[in-house]
Amino acid sequence: MDAISVNKISKSYGTVRALQEVSFEVQKGELFGIIGPDGAGKTTLFRILTTLMLPDLGTATVNGLDVVTDYKEIRRQVGYMPGRFSLYQDMTVEENLTFFATLFGTTVRENYDLVKDIYQPLEKFKTRRAGKLSGGMKQKLALSCALIHKPSVLFLDEPTTGVDPVSRRDFWEMLQRLKKQGITIVVSTPYMDEAVLCDRIALIREGQFMGIETPQEIVNSYQERLWAVHSNKMSSLLAELRTFKGIQSCFSFGDVLHVTVIDDQLSPASLKCFLVKEGHADVEVYPIQATIEDCYMLLAK
Amino acid sequence: MDNIVIETNLLTKRFGNFTAVDKISFQVTKGEIFGFLGANGAGKTTAMRMLCGLSIPTSGSGTVAGYDIARQSEMVKRNIGYMSQKFSLYEDLKVWENIRLYGGIYGLSEKAIAEKTDRLLQTLNFENERNTMVKSLPLGWKQKLAFSVAIFHEPKIVFLDEPTGGVDPVTRRQFWELIYQASDRGITVFVTTHYMDEAEYCHRVSIMVDGRIEALDTPKNLKLHYGVKNMQEVFYHLAQTAKRGD
Repeated sequence: MDAISVNKISKSYGTVRALQEVSFEVQKGELFGIIGPDGAGKTTLFRILTTLMLPDLGTATVNGLDVVTDYKEIRRQVGYMPGRFSLYQDMTVEENLTFFATLFGTTVRENYDLVKDIYQPLEKFKTRRAGKLSGGMKQKLALSCALIHKPSVLFLDEPTTGVDPVSRRDFWEMLQRLKKQGITIVVSTPYMDEAVLCDRIALIREGQFMGIETPQEIVNSYQERLWAVHSNKMSSLLAELRTFKGIQSCFSFGDVLHVTVIDDQLSPASLKCFLVKEGHADVEVYPIQATIEDCYMLLAK
Repeated sequence: MDNIVIETNLLTKRFGNFTAVDKISFQVTKGEIFGFLGANGAGKTTAMRMLCGLSIPTSGSGTVAGYDIARQSEMVKRNIGYMSQKFSLYEDLKVWENIRLYGGIYGLSEKAIAEKTDRLLQTLNFENERNTMVKSLPLGWKQKLAFSVAIFHEPKIVFLDEPTGGVDPVTRRQFWELIYQASDRGITVFVTTHYMDEAEYCHRVSIMVDGRIEALDTPKNLKLHYGVKNMQEVFYHLAQTAKRGD
């Protein structure tokens, strides 16, 4: 049995169609990523699956339980970390954790092993009010509270938004450890580089899934000819390549530009030659493997 | 030098025993795109609040747009623009009303506001959205509009606090193209981000660790100095030395 099964879920807010016939399955123990920008429908999907909101159309089950009729049982079995920090700001770190344990009829001591790695760095601040914690600590506390009743499915809505690269990396390491313990994890993120850390990902845009595959499959299915281009004048290079015949798209990617080439006659060497003639120095042009971000940008077109 | 628009000298802010910003000294020049990086809790926000005239330094000094940040904070505020991901525009006002409000706050005349509004909407291809409520614009559009509003009064410097968080990949890049245009017009851009590919787009980057500026150079030189291939690794290298914990 799949941990999650979603069948043609739709949800609208007035005229805004937040989700349009979304379907997918998540296997038990899978780390499943939902990748897309703000406003794509990620939070609506989480709210429906955690039984906080009713879908307009379609059905969904979590652990075989229906999100509409079996909502009480689902709530016992899942953990949810909403995008917005939603712990009690005026309660201390320890009080928050105890509160959530008590709500689910358990104790911090009983499930301490599960949250130990995550909660330990917070223990020295356990008498501090949650509202006074820094971003990274709030995130760790929220995850601890979502885990303290030992859920079998964990929903994390943009847990790393606004978090620096080092903390983001640490957070994903925590997720890998939770996965090893058999917990099914559904996580959303606007950061494309986090996609490769998931078993499978769904790319979501304007309420629709554009594809559900492993990160490797998504990258492999990229059919465009993609090159990286660099010169000593990156700003004018961008403008020149955008108007260059035979090049379809051109975007900045860190210290290089990624261009998609539609002219079969064009080679990296000939483009380089052209750019040197146009007055660019330190020119480099070479074919590259697409990243998830390239794939997203192509699919979103 | 006339070209320097931000200058700090041992700028420090303490809260009780906690030194949030610890003797930072740096200069930013006209038209420069300056990336202000650091881990959560490294002191970026506190430093930025002082530079914007919103928080008085405990010690040290700084000038922004030629005004002292401690003694002339009102003049600082008039000569800068500010935009953050969290707050930028009023959701319940229309596009033109937001522009008019900001123009008015910065003391522009009705006539100037009307003319500049037309031009701005034209450049952004937003003419059809003039009467749209900001809350019904897609996030990417909001961010572009917010940036344009932040530089509507032609400030010398614009401070951008994580302007592209959560924005889709194409819009994020279009946003940076707006930043380049502003920089070409001579506006200094002081920007924080957690996207390390965006750090590569800055002319120079500083990285804060535990309240101090641990590194400040062009992305190219930083990568050379640490012998790594991208800014992500530069960041890992430095931020891991943090003792403060966040």
